[in-house]
Amino acid sequence: MSAPVSVSLLVNGEPIDAFVLPRLNLADFLRENLRLTGTHVGCEHGVCGACTVRLDGEIVRSCLMLAVQAQGASVETIEGLSDSGEIADLQAAFRERNALQCGYCTPGMLMTAQDLLKQMPVPDRQAIREHLSGNYCRCTGYQAIVDAVEATAKTRAGRPA
Amino acid sequence: MKAAAFAYARATSVVNALELLAAHGDKAKVLSGGQSLMPAMNLRLISPDILVDIGGLAELRGIAVRAGVLIVGALTRHVDLLRSPEIALYAPLLRDAVAHVAHPAIRNRGTIGGSLAHADPASELPACVVALDAMIVVRGPSGERRIAATEFFKGIYETALSPDELLVAIEVPVAGQGSTFFFQEYARRHGDYAVVGLAARAVVAAGRFTDLRLGFFAIGDRPMLAAAAGRLINASVTSALLAEAATALADELDPQEDQQATAAMRRHLATVLLRRCVAALLARPDLEAGVAR
Repeated sequence: MSAPVSVSLLVNGEPIDAFVLPRLNLADFLRENLRLTGTHVGCEHGVCGACTVRLDGEIVRSCLMLAVQAQGASVETIEGLSDSGEIADLQAAFRERNALQCGYCTPGMLMTAQDLLKQMPVPDRQAIREHLSGNYCRCTGYQAIVDAVEATAKTRAGRPA
Repeated sequence: MKAAAFAYARATSVVNALELLAAHGDKAKVLSGGQSLMPAMNLRLISPDILVDIGGLAELRGIAVRAGVLIVGALTRHVDLLRSPEIALYAPLLRDAVAHVAHPAIRNRGTIGGSLAHADPASELPACVVALDAMIVVRGPSGERRIAATEFFKGIYETALSPDELLVAIEVPVAGQGSTFFFQEYARRHGDYAVVGLAARAVVAAGRFTDLRLGFFAIGDRPMLAAAAGRLINASVTSALLAEAATALADELDPQEDQQATAAMRRHLATVLLRRCVAALLARPDLEAGVAR
């Protein structure tokens, strides 16, 4: 019954065809099958945000999605955002402000922060906290993360397009 | 944890989904956005034999207005409700409520049909459809039927849906002249499940309620339409009358005790929400005075 199912999708722009068991979630598919281990698995029930990826341009929890549900979709992981340079400034701001310690939450934080900055170019600190409220960090106390996102927003806003 | 093994079928149409549900009965679960189903499966609270994925069915998407009724397709996501101009105009209660549902990444996947069919007594949308006097449209082997939202929720994770039926849409009467709405909840943290919440729809004319529907949630095994609202309709609302309604509300509630709150605390918070709601809807800040007590 629970036979492998075929799935075709784009991951960071690359076409992928695979046969996967229905129970395989997207996070494990990315990590185990594609070796894209930047997507982290924390709580596995949608609470911690460590597994956040982009699906057709919108952030989602990859632990709350089956790999087979990504049929026909375009998935972007932290590797994709990092390699393209899209979030280079955000990553630099995190580094400069010590907005990470163990780094486990960082890929999800960057994904979510970039999502906010795309929707709201100059968010205030409350809006930043609100948007990141579904991403847990057990090291930093969040202050430095909010600082880094705020600083990146201000720099991007001041930069001529 | 990971979900136990199951079979998977991607429905190609509503008819195909119904055939799959008819073939597998209660051994099947419908997969929509999966934002409640997947956690439950990952935690091994449920292990269906087969998932019927309706996520690709375009016929279940979209928001339309026809003959004074707002029709919301079952696959409409929380983020769609948040951004829809039709929802903002005709059922702003849904938009206000969705802002309290989880976090952006969850709202990008979760659907209204999924939330209603899941019937978590602490979730926001079931109470909204009760307050809005909505109809739940379901399709089964013998055709389509409409179930009043007030009759749809039967208990914790229990609804009037049979295993061979699919929730396809929600029909909401559009907000008319003088309609106002109120949504507030107590939660430990924004985005968490409510400790107590209230979704309300009212019609106000000349400073009085000509209609008032109070949908409380997280106060029992299903969203509850408070009978106490009746005391405030077509009456001149004074502090004394509101206090009477609050007492009646506390009496009709039978809240559960859990890690978040005692039954007494839930009763108290429900009456605070009642006072705030009435004060806000009638634009009478004086009526909220009793809250600080």
